[in-house]
Amino acid sequence: SSGINAEWPLRPGYKLYFEMAVPMLRTTLTLTPSATRGMATLKDIEMRLKSVKNMKKITSSMKMVSAAKFARAERALKPARAYGTGAASLYEKNDFDTSGKDSVLLALSSDRGLCGGIHSNVGKMVKAAHAETPITKAIIVGDKAKAILVKVIGDTFLSCFNNVGKKPTSFTDALDIAEEVLSHDYDTINIVYSKFKNIVSYNTEEKPVPSLESVESNAAIYVYDEVDSEVLRCYQEFTLANIIYHSMKECEASEQSSRMSAMENATKNAGEKIDALTLQYNRTRQAVITRELIEIISGASALE
Amino acid sequence: SSGINAEWPLRPGATEASSTTFPLTFGSPYNAVHDNALVKQVDLPSTTGHFGILPHHVPTIAILVPGTISITNEAGDVAKYFVSSGTATIHPDSSVQILAEEICAVADIDDGAVRAGLEAAQGKLSSASSEADKAAAQIEIEVYQSMISAA
Repeated sequence: SSGINAEWPLRPGYKLYFEMAVPMLRTTLTLTPSATRGMATLKDIEMRLKSVKNMKKITSSMKMVSAAKFARAERALKPARAYGTGAASLYEKNDFDTSGKDSVLLALSSDRGLCGGIHSNVGKMVKAAHAETPITKAIIVGDKAKAILVKVIGDTFLSCFNNVGKKPTSFTDALDIAEEVLSHDYDTINIVYSKFKNIVSYNTEEKPVPSLESVESNAAIYVYDEVDSEVLRCYQEFTLANIIYHSMKECEASEQSSRMSAMENATKNAGEKIDALTLQYNRTRQAVITRELIEIISGASALE
Repeated sequence: SSGINAEWPLRPGATEASSTTFPLTFGSPYNAVHDNALVKQVDLPSTTGHFGILPHHVPTIAILVPGTISITNEAGDVAKYFVSSGTATIHPDSSVQILAEEICAVADIDDGAVRAGLEAAQGKLSSASSEADKAAAQIEIEVYQSMISAA
């Protein structure tokens, strides 16, 4: 549906409500006879009321489903965070070069929408980074990010992953993505993902991960004992998969919590709309009755 | 093992290593067994052999092989876990991160299932055709054998 100006200061849920309601309302309005004096007929309002009530049921049940998925995602995030922070500790405690010219962008999102600004924030961050230093290679996870970014950096796509978001991400998913990333040459990977803060907020962040070559070429790594190239290669590959897994778990928690609050807003707005429409319906019904009475009475008095 | 490099500053708020304990993060993607917990000693199986970690161990990066890890906690109790492969990092500030793809407590290993798995893997090795299949079957056999010796 077109025509929704994104700059209108509508509450988040309203945008969703209008996006879903406008096509339904347009159909209802064209099917009913034109109203007298430009006022909506009783039938019009009745149909609108019915559609908004249905919408409220849908958004309310989506909210409950998201709440359940969020509880599960948050529980899974706790060990994933310890795991991912442990994995990234080598890069945090040492300063490896992540400013490499040859960097691969890994954008993490999912296939499903109706989750507030999750996907568009990832898109915004990528577009801003692209404006600063043009992106030459990108791997996109999730159809939503792909749709947003294909117009901007579509020619840089190395590969895209979908089927993300239906089931909780497992470590094997992260392994698949890591394998794909490692099949290309690069200096740094920049992972753009949504980091979970709390149930009402998340931050879209960019996390750089150095490549094997960046790490090997830095003298700091040789502080560590028993480092030969085979050990380092295995270590880097496993650590990359771990960091990707952690980032995907953060995205999952952020997305479910964001969807929960978006659906709650939509349900609340639908409820308010139902109240307003019910009032309008009753007023219109009373006006119709009054008009009929007036016609009858003036018809009767004309006969006298 | 040689002493800690005194120039490396600890991150503010990091659990510091004392002379008897060091912070350990030990977990799998699904289960964080220890998150920056203070422990006394860890013995782990790596590609370069089985070795033990005490406070102020030399900074090391190691790859784990499937085997048993024993962790001695602050109170002195020893806990044993069987791990699949993974990585182990000992930082100059004495903190240790051991990350494995799968972890299970040795007590949870079902002997019957392990023996059945070992027989199946040996069958796979004898019927394997390609080099990759043979290597995979060989790895399976080694893992089951180390599970048997762990329990």
